[in-house]
Amino acid sequence: MGVLRHRAWDGWQETWVEFMRYEAPETVSAAVGLLKKAKGTTRVLAGGTDLLVQMKSGFVEPDLVVDIKRIAEMRKIVPEKGGFRIGAAVPCAELAEHKALVKAWPGVVEASHLIGSTQIQGRATIAGNLCNASPAADSVPAMIAASAVATVVGPKGRRKVPVEKIATAPGRTSLGKGEFVASVFLPKRPPRSGDAYLRFIPRTEMDIAVVGVGVNLTLGSDGTCKAARVGLGAVAATALVVDEAAKAIIGTKVDAAALDKFAAAVSAACRPIDDKRGTKAFRIKVAGVLARRAALKALERARSK
Amino acid sequence: MDGCHVKTTINGDAVEFVCEPDETLLDVLRNRLALTGSKEGCGTGDCGACSVTVDGRLVCSCLVLGVEAEGRKISTIEGMATGDRLHPLQRKFLEHAALQCGICTPGFLVAAKSLLERNPNPSETEIRFWLAGNLCRCTGYDKIVRAVVDAAAEMRR
Repeated sequence: MGVLRHRAWDGWQETWVEFMRYEAPETVSAAVGLLKKAKGTTRVLAGGTDLLVQMKSGFVEPDLVVDIKRIAEMRKIVPEKGGFRIGAAVPCAELAEHKALVKAWPGVVEASHLIGSTQIQGRATIAGNLCNASPAADSVPAMIAASAVATVVGPKGRRKVPVEKIATAPGRTSLGKGEFVASVFLPKRPPRSGDAYLRFIPRTEMDIAVVGVGVNLTLGSDGTCKAARVGLGAVAATALVVDEAAKAIIGTKVDAAALDKFAAAVSAACRPIDDKRGTKAFRIKVAGVLARRAALKALERARSK
Repeated sequence: MDGCHVKTTINGDAVEFVCEPDETLLDVLRNRLALTGSKEGCGTGDCGACSVTVDGRLVCSCLVLGVEAEGRKISTIEGMATGDRLHPLQRKFLEHAALQCGICTPGFLVAAKSLLERNPNPSETEIRFWLAGNLCRCTGYDKIVRAVVDAAAEMRR
């Protein structure tokens, strides 16, 4: 499949029009080889729910699109070392249908399940959500909270990158030429752990986060919070890890006083912009409110395990 | 102008077509295969008027490249009725007057069929969430939801 780069004469404008080349390799090495050799603009196609919209609007005009959906390992959710490896081309709908994954990481699954409509869920992937590098990506704060690690493949082999190190600015990533994310690994969870993701949008479905908060925590046998991690989206140029918030609840029973400090730390970490969905002040306030609710939800899940 | 040669299955029939590498499946269906039941509303995956299934998975055909159809099984609104016999969802949409202009209707029907295949007895909330990616600017959705509830009840009998 795929065609060689070809040209067509556009009689009206009297210019040569370059056409996109599409390739659907069946191995990682073939995909890396294509991306490495290519000149011009290249894009990796997984679900395509961002890429095709960008192509349609003329925001990006790729010379080469490499579809990774025919690479077997990209299509699978595989249990690994007590955790789960999610291939880069697994649509979000499959995450929500995977019972063991939902049980282990309900917060990550609920975050991925908030991306777009049923139709978008049928195509969109969490690796794509990560690499599209939108500050408001729903799955990213939940993945950050989960300490998810992306496996990046490229001309120099494979490397592991914590998910928070992938996006560097809106629409920009740390990936080099020829590199792409092959999978996202969600680690094994200790007992008494729970995670949750909440976002604020102006309606109940199908909108972009004004604020999104992912919280993951682990309790000791006495109910004290032993470990916590917080991811925060849509309030800065990239999704944030909020260590100060985690510190505010670690060592506590996650009581009201600890949650007050926790919410204040989350609000303090926000560096938002004003836009049509919300003002700076609103986002900062809502971040704290949502973080508290997400922590309580994660706490409830941790206590039930 | 040469393009990509694609072999696929649409509504159970083997189909071959040639398309540009950046052409959407929606454009292929409508402009090359004369399957004009799938509509282009927004072209950006927001409205659901172009809903089809690819290997059983509900998607917006405007966000799928035609070349991606290679070897897949596509189902469109054209495959919903059996000859002259309408699918229960189609009949119930007519009975409940769940359409006015009709542009969104093929997408709603394809999406609702996909829901009932997974969940034969969905609650109203489940129906509304499942269909949140299908926009209708005429009906206000109530009639559509009622038609889906009624069709589901009939199909369970």
